[in-house]
Amino acid sequence: MGEENKVIVLGNWSSPFVKRVELALKTKGIRFEYVEEDLSNKSALLLKYNPVHKKVPVLVHNGKPVCESLVILEYIDETWQNGPHLLPKDPYERARVRFWVAYIHQLLDSMAKLYTPDKEAQEKALKEVHEKLRVLEDGMKENFPGGSPDVRAKKLEILDIMMIATVGSFKTHEEALGVQILHPERNPLTFSWVQALNELPVVKESNPPYEKLIALLQSLKEILLGNKKLGKMYTARFF
Amino acid sequence: MDGEVILLDAYASMFGMRLRIALAEKGVKYEYREENLPKKSPFLFQMNPIHKKVPVLIHNGKPICESLIALQYIDEVWHDKNPLLPSDPYKRAQARLWADFVDQKVHILGRKIWSAKGEEQEAAKKEFIEALKVLEGELGEKPYFGGEEFGYVDVALIPFYSWFHAYETCGNFKIGTQCPKFVAWAKRCMQRESVSKSLADPEKVYDFVLILKKHFGVE
Repeated sequence: MGEENKVIVLGNWSSPFVKRVELALKTKGIRFEYVEEDLSNKSALLLKYNPVHKKVPVLVHNGKPVCESLVILEYIDETWQNGPHLLPKDPYERARVRFWVAYIHQLLDSMAKLYTPDKEAQEKALKEVHEKLRVLEDGMKENFPGGSPDVRAKKLEILDIMMIATVGSFKTHEEALGVQILHPERNPLTFSWVQALNELPVVKESNPPYEKLIALLQSLKEILLGNKKLGKMYTARFF
Repeated sequence: MDGEVILLDAYASMFGMRLRIALAEKGVKYEYREENLPKKSPFLFQMNPIHKKVPVLIHNGKPICESLIALQYIDEVWHDKNPLLPSDPYKRAQARLWADFVDQKVHILGRKIWSAKGEEQEAAKKEFIEALKVLEGELGEKPYFGGEEFGYVDVALIPFYSWFHAYETCGNFKIGTQCPKFVAWAKRCMQRESVSKSLADPEKVYDFVLILKKHFGVE
């Protein structure tokens, strides 16, 4: 092993997409080198490894780059077969999990719309997010009829990772925007699942510094009020 | 055996064509059910309550939605014949990445070409050609995106070829002259029976686009 299995992650502290990859690698017990990218000044390495989209995360395995967080998660699961599985084995279950992974991922499109100076547009976007969370809640009830999975008793799977990296990030958006996104009464399963995940050491150590992230999101709001083009650039980081 | 396989689809749907091709490649017998879009049947709402879209693959009564998810499902269940995804994880990752590129770029830009006007349409046309050129670059000298063998990305992309006539007519431009390598690849794919039998007639696709334009109030 050793040099045969060199794994590098090009990432950024604020990116929920990078978090997904970090959690997957840690769950599998894969050692990796983390390289922090300054997204306002992208490195030659990032431009070399992701010339098409120039985004993080990029997983570089033995010098070969894999881009796009969801593609990376599947790659990790298929490459490191020993140890916990991120996806189920049964083809129908895999299809069902992939469906919800995609659904959670697409939540971010709706979340991005919240960052607008237009109050009416924000109201509309919030309704859209609430509706999608309702659908997610119903969908998860079907997957977990006994209630949220006991995350302390098992290794993280891909839905746990998506939940904490994506939905788990909503709290910071709530504070930055001054709106309520996730409701414990409306989304009890989702809410309790995210809470339980947040207690896990592997999640705590991967969480970005809260105050620093709030400050960044608040400045995103300011930028959007002043400069739409610049705002779009920053929004792309999170959504 | 194969079990009961139903494909809930619409003739002109490029996403439905993906699954038709895959099922044909695997030699799977299935029942084809046509949705009369833009009207949607109660059965569709029942099988795909969240997105309410075609195609839906229904295997032994269990629905699988989203064409790329269903494509992977077909490849995994009927893995013995004509595998679509390569076995190497790195090559699989590349295939998934390019299939996602097709959805993010070719599909979305194509839709703008027939549904937008003026500057937005012009921008979409330009970006569409750029996207095809990126794909041409990825194809390189290979016969297929999958290499020597027809594969996942080829299946994901080829249905859009049947929409070129509609894009060209709505956008008043020519695609083939700007992307000859793409056309050469597409014609190679069309030589496969699974493809030629699954792709919709370009004239009928254009007729369908006219119905959509009317339905969405786009002139």
